[in-house]
Amino acid sequence: MLNTNKIKRRDYEIITTMIHNDSTVLDLGCGDGSLLQHLTKERNVSGYGVEKDHRNVLASLSNGVNVIQSDLEQGLSGFADSAFDYVILSLTLQAVHETETIMNEMLRVGSEVIVTFPNFGLWRHRVQIFLGQTPISKELPHQWYDTPNVHVLTINDFEKYCSNHDVCIRERIVISENGQMVTTLPNLLGAVAIYRFNKG
Amino acid sequence: MISSVGDVQPQTLNFEEPLLLKCGESISKYELTFETYGTLNTEKTNAVLVCHALNASHHVAGTYNGDEKTLGWWDNLIGPGKPLDTDRFFVIGVNNLGGCHGSTGPSAINPVTNEPWGSAFPMVTVEDWVETQARLATKLGIGTFAAVMGGSLGGMQALQWTIDQPDRLKNAVIVAAAPKLSAQNIAFNEVARQAITLDNQFFEGDFYQHKVIPRNGLKIARMIGHITYLSDDTMDVKFGRALRKDALKFNFDTDFQIESYLRYQGDKFADTFDANTYLRITKALDYFDPAAKFSGNLADSLRNAKANYLVISFTSDWRFSPGRSEEIVEALVANKLNVSYAEIDSPNGHDAFLMDEPVYHNLISAYFERIWDEVRNA
Repeated sequence: MLNTNKIKRRDYEIITTMIHNDSTVLDLGCGDGSLLQHLTKERNVSGYGVEKDHRNVLASLSNGVNVIQSDLEQGLSGFADSAFDYVILSLTLQAVHETETIMNEMLRVGSEVIVTFPNFGLWRHRVQIFLGQTPISKELPHQWYDTPNVHVLTINDFEKYCSNHDVCIRERIVISENGQMVTTLPNLLGAVAIYRFNKG
Repeated sequence: MISSVGDVQPQTLNFEEPLLLKCGESISKYELTFETYGTLNTEKTNAVLVCHALNASHHVAGTYNGDEKTLGWWDNLIGPGKPLDTDRFFVIGVNNLGGCHGSTGPSAINPVTNEPWGSAFPMVTVEDWVETQARLATKLGIGTFAAVMGGSLGGMQALQWTIDQPDRLKNAVIVAAAPKLSAQNIAFNEVARQAITLDNQFFEGDFYQHKVIPRNGLKIARMIGHITYLSDDTMDVKFGRALRKDALKFNFDTDFQIESYLRYQGDKFADTFDANTYLRITKALDYFDPAAKFSGNLADSLRNAKANYLVISFTSDWRFSPGRSEEIVEALVANKLNVSYAEIDSPNGHDAFLMDEPVYHNLISAYFERIWDEVRNA
């Protein structure tokens, strides 16, 4: 099974395959800027990270990444419509409060949006719920009382949201707990889902 | 104090090439007083210009004659091993034209009349300062600055540098600034100016001949300014309603500590600052508006800019609030320029930019670490 860092790295690898060379990127919740750093190296992208936490702002700055300190829950009013080729939200969707606002803002600012999230529908999570416990896994490592996650979701949930909100899914990659591509029963076997989409 | 550049000496250079000012007048010759810290490398790529704000001068770091009381105004940030490390960078502080700390200004002798310039000294603007600073750089053999940096009005100069001299700087560090003053900002400046010009010792700006200074006006101007540099919370923590004596006096002397503090600050300032300079610098602030020529569109004013930017604001700064810095950032992003922005959580109001706050100084350190990599790898 992958650990949290390996999931992150696998996530970055798959995001990289979705991104064209020389494109512009806005990375929401950019952490220490490592995804942007990776994309700059592999795809020669330019762009900005958005980050709320001052320690991550410092880390991103030290990593040579453009970082803008802002709370993405407040929206992306500092960015013009279609300002970026891609807006990325990596492994964070389940932790945001204003989900619809952020989804709309990402679709406004980016020509395309890439979102990745841990799939709550993974069989291991289902088993834990069946046994009467809040699921804990490598993808969802927190206890119920200290989790930043407020809107855990499944692959089916997300796709239903997209069809109800006129969001057009362009590409979906689902990976298992060991990082392999999942093609059958993704909502049961998928640990992380990676979507590329835009306005329908 | 961990380390300092130690004792420093100001220098002065003469400029004989006439300078056409934005106001339409021109100055045929002038002097600029400046200080430098650190060593200019042989490639001349490690120079950093530090622009000063309303009340400061070219004396950015170090001391005069070993006297700790003469410590430069940004000494906590600039020196050996400090965030702007003078072991790596050649740092220049310059007293702006129109100033009162050595550079030609209203209190200097006008060579045409052999009298102090006084009211005859023209209005100077941020654009004029950038031009004179660029001329100074040329005289010092510096083609391109590794960075131009400033807080408040100094940050506005750094921003203007990237507009007017895009090929002559690599980075701009803009702290606690705004892309233009708000009506409230101008209002405070106007009250300060009225305090000075209505002082009966002002003599329309030609008080030097009368051997007086508009002391009360300057004092009040400084008191007003000082209030806008602090946050409500800072004042409450520092002074609250503390009294100077045990009981209220029921007269108009100073009852509260804050009154006494403001009077002290005002007196100290009136002893060292020129009233005509204060009037002109507040006007330079009011006039600063790079977007004006572009129908108010700041992004358009930055179309030719090339620099990389670090923009910093402070949460409790109500003089130039974080929103004002965000206007700058937005315009930079609209031009796809490299910019990083941090809003520092600080209770210290506008003055926070002068303070030794770890989160703030760590960011400056990290940014200058990047600049140092650029200098080394060039």
